Amino acid sequence: MEKFTTHTGIGVPLRQSNVDTDQIIPAVYLKRITRTGFEDALFSAWRKDPSFILNQEPFNAGSVLVAGPDFGTGSSREHAVWALKDYGFRAVLSSRFADIFRGNSGKQGLLAAQVAQDDIELIWKTLENAPGTEVTVDLASKTVTCGNVVAPFEIDDYTRWRLLEGLDDIGLTLQHEEDITAYEATRPSFKPLTLPARTS
Amino acid sequence: MAKTLAEKVWDAHVVRKGDGEGANAQPDLLYIDLHLVHEVTSPQAFEGLRLAGRKLRRPDLTIATEDHNTPTLDIDKPIADLTSRTQIQTLRNNCEEFGVRLHSLGDAEQGIVHVVGPQLGLTQPGMTVVCGDSHTSTHGAFGALAMGIGTSEVEHVMATQTLSLKPFKTMAINVEGTLRPGVTAKDIILAVIAKIGTGGGQGYVLEYRGSAIRALSMDARMTICNMSIEAGARAGMVAPDETTYAYMNGRPHAPQGAEWDAAVDYWNTLRTDDDAVFDVEVDLDANTLEPFVTWGTNPGQGVSLSAKVPSPEDFGDENAKAAAERALQYMGLAAGTPMKDIRVDTVFLGSCTNSRIEDLRAAADIVRGREKDPMVRMLVVPGSARVRLEAEAEGLDKVFKDFGAEWRFAGCSMCLGMNPDQLEPGERCASTSNRNFEGRQGKGGRTHLVSPVVAAATAVRGTLSSPSDLDPAPESAALTTDAA
Repeated sequence: MEKFTTHTGIGVPLRQSNVDTDQIIPAVYLKRITRTGFEDALFSAWRKDPSFILNQEPFNAGSVLVAGPDFGTGSSREHAVWALKDYGFRAVLSSRFADIFRGNSGKQGLLAAQVAQDDIELIWKTLENAPGTEVTVDLASKTVTCGNVVAPFEIDDYTRWRLLEGLDDIGLTLQHEEDITAYEATRPSFKPLTLPARTS
Repeated sequence: MAKTLAEKVWDAHVVRKGDGEGANAQPDLLYIDLHLVHEVTSPQAFEGLRLAGRKLRRPDLTIATEDHNTPTLDIDKPIADLTSRTQIQTLRNNCEEFGVRLHSLGDAEQGIVHVVGPQLGLTQPGMTVVCGDSHTSTHGAFGALAMGIGTSEVEHVMATQTLSLKPFKTMAINVEGTLRPGVTAKDIILAVIAKIGTGGGQGYVLEYRGSAIRALSMDARMTICNMSIEAGARAGMVAPDETTYAYMNGRPHAPQGAEWDAAVDYWNTLRTDDDAVFDVEVDLDANTLEPFVTWGTNPGQGVSLSAKVPSPEDFGDENAKAAAERALQYMGLAAGTPMKDIRVDTVFLGSCTNSRIEDLRAAADIVRGREKDPMVRMLVVPGSARVRLEAEAEGLDKVFKDFGAEWRFAGCSMCLGMNPDQLEPGERCASTSNRNFEGRQGKGGRTHLVSPVVAAATAVRGTLSSPSDLDPAPESAALTTDAA
């Protein structure tokens, strides 16, 4: 995974709560078997509306999404993170993230920064009053800067460390393969196996 | 130390406690007992294994089924949609290459992954269960810790049979009392979500407790746990009891003989200790609960069926107000309209929330001997091929067909419209599924989440209806006597 230390880019105010992953990427796009090339799918239903924020310059070149509370609810589809990244987003700011979306972001190097709603409101105003204002997200100091607004953000320490170091999760876990094997030896025999297959 | 059910299951699966504290504190490494796989969230994970030259660690703890993309008509013909066909063929190729058991379209065990696991007896109390699907929470009905994960985590489980997880907080949902006739598990969970909100469960494992939960069947408990994710929770659980064991006993992969006895001894320990403390407790009164229905575009936007469409002004919070305004516009509803005046075009009975045999029986009991509103189309999509066979053995297919409903093959179907079962723009649907998001059931489609009996009553009257709104069916008395 690519390291994430700090990122600066145009902020995109998305004044909406409960942006579920069906809105971020509708199910019809989930039939693809690749992990890239989802930029066209991002918010595809909303992008049909000319007044949608990503259809306006300079927001269409944005890379920091500033959203309302409960971002990424619903389906576990990691495609939502892939679509945001493929479009060019590197960070999403919200006062509350759905757990699975937050986890998926951490695996893919998209920074899900939890910012207090009061600060989100200030950032929204800044971005709306001066479209094109850049937002800086600094992972080392856990601060976000937008114009005159400087706000702290929260992210769990483990994800932060992995992002800063660009570490691969599977590689980290496989360092403990002996522990996994030892655990497997202790599993009760009544626990089911899928093989050989039994059917009714 | 006193523990909750969730903490007991967690502790029994810790392969390695997370090192350190503070900045570099690591999560616990947890062993995964069962990994369920389907065609949509797995291709990129299999590809990741291949690219890294890694093996699938435990094919014998992994099982796959085709569900999201599968058609519910003409299943003996090649899938018409080429991208769907490619995705399903990719799953078949991957399962062949990595040695994964797969139940394909046409197989008697094919169906929605969350219906298939329990019916095969692969979901058992005290297990950790994961799947690249948020409704994995369903399996918590057995007292398993069951979580939806993303594709990167799917690959992680494939490679290591573990997940790195940070401990959750615990929330008790206490539901005491007795449900009135026509009020079901679906109404309980819709009321819970309306109460705590779509973000209310974030960071929590919910445990559903109380006399109303204990009185529920396994199918009903699965309905409740299924929608835990709609409250934002990572998982939902019900402690196992005699109802659980009666459901499990004799299933293909349930333990047998001495193994069964050992398992039951262990399962009996899987309950929250009397002096354990939950981080949060929420109470719901089952006695006063009414059938519940959603009016908006997230599952928390629900009211009693006898209520009216709320006004944005009813919400104090600015974000909730704006969300309500937007939702009413999308749904084409005016504030103050009685919910029961809302006319629907389609009724969908199906999805991992409500497609099990009891759901079909409950709906069939309502429509038997009645006539469908001629303007309404009704789709009945059993959760699995096995449920479909069981229903046909009971003659339920005939009941639905006589009523005028379409009797389909198993799959996720119109819950998310990845196959041809979709709403048209502007079309309104009473759906037993789990999500009323914009466009979820088809671009521009409008969804009202309801229970199977409300769905059935709605198909009779054409407007959102409770079973108690129906005139007595001409033949229902005789049939009830026969059944008794």
